[in-house]
Amino acid sequence: MEKNPMKLSETVAWEILKEVVDPEIPVMTISDMGILRDVKLNEDGIEVSISPTYSGCPAMEMIAEDIKTALTKKGYSNITIKSLLSPAWTTDWISEQGKEKLFKYGIAPPEHSTADKNALMGNPKTVKCPRCKSDHTEMISQFGSTACKALWKCLDCKEPFDYFKCI
Amino acid sequence: MNKQEALLDYLIRLGDNALISGHRLSEWSSRGPFLEEDIAMTNIALDFIGASRILLTYAGVVEGQGKTEDDFAYGRTHEKFKNALLLEQPNGDFGVTVAKQFYYSIFNFLLFTELQKSKDETLAAFASKSLKEVNYHVRHFNEWVMRLGDGTEESNQRLQKGLDEMWIFTNDLFVSTEGDLILQKEGIIPDVPALKSKWIETISEILKRATLTLPDVNQYQQKGSREGKHTEYLSYIVEEMQSISRAYPGAKW
Repeated sequence: MEKNPMKLSETVAWEILKEVVDPEIPVMTISDMGILRDVKLNEDGIEVSISPTYSGCPAMEMIAEDIKTALTKKGYSNITIKSLLSPAWTTDWISEQGKEKLFKYGIAPPEHSTADKNALMGNPKTVKCPRCKSDHTEMISQFGSTACKALWKCLDCKEPFDYFKCI
Repeated sequence: MNKQEALLDYLIRLGDNALISGHRLSEWSSRGPFLEEDIAMTNIALDFIGASRILLTYAGVVEGQGKTEDDFAYGRTHEKFKNALLLEQPNGDFGVTVAKQFYYSIFNFLLFTELQKSKDETLAAFASKSLKEVNYHVRHFNEWVMRLGDGTEESNQRLQKGLDEMWIFTNDLFVSTEGDLILQKEGIIPDVPALKSKWIETISEILKRATLTLPDVNQYQQKGSREGKHTEYLSYIVEEMQSISRAYPGAKW
């Protein structure tokens, strides 16, 4: 295959990558999640920078594979994926649109900016139940079905739900 | 020992700490006292495995001989592991596990807070990232210490027993080597032995609130992990961890 032709610009690559979804939460794209950080076209190929959410998140390898597949399909070659540790990924990077998608999907979005000390050292004051929208909820466990979620329950509709915790 | 060798040794130690504690904690999978705690412990184990991957990958870069994280994790016999003695100890009952993780998570919290200022960019980035996860570990085990200590007579005694039994291995976390002094001079790692007074102060405060007793600080302390001298438990966990890669070298799934 020839090296990336000029029409395969960085802008086009960004658009393609915006469609790649998080395999754990398929309504969220890697762009909504704030995982996709940078795309650089160079002489040798294309370099995509991503930020891992949690150190041990098993979805990251699949995301890297999905990025390669999406770009290869559109004619890009020599794709390298760079994992950025610094600055560390934060839930503050989840877009507003992403937060709405999470809520509609049944996962309560992070309630604080991490600049707020309560986010890390205390519990958020209120988390809205994504099912019945009640504020009358409580935490069951700080750890949930995946590294990024805590387990909550609604005291009105009695259903348990996931809360995307702040980091 | 030069700076590169000292850094490699330090990265392997930190990486092995995370790897062995992650595997040890994952042994609770399907055996937790209740479902939510089972999930919590395996989530924390996963954070440790993630941390070890970052550290051992970086160790391969520093060594410069093309080794991967897997070469370190699966390609060394147990004599070559450099993790702290505390982390290889068997899980025991839930009281022992809580005691171990309580000691270790507060150690990590203090260490990584300082390590964020490291002049080594990768190590500093790792520390900032990992600290976010460690915050949750600290909260989780502090809550268990409060709950068990200030719970029933039985829960108080069981946790106190765990705290007392594991105490002998705690000083080993803080032992400094000749190589560490080189790294410390270069601003790459903090003065780790100096973190011990803050560590004792922090755990004392929580234990007091939980109506538990701080073990005797002048008691004999086991040493040896820095020289590769481990308790017998390490060999078993390493053998088990490496069994698949030994039976099927290079296996992928």
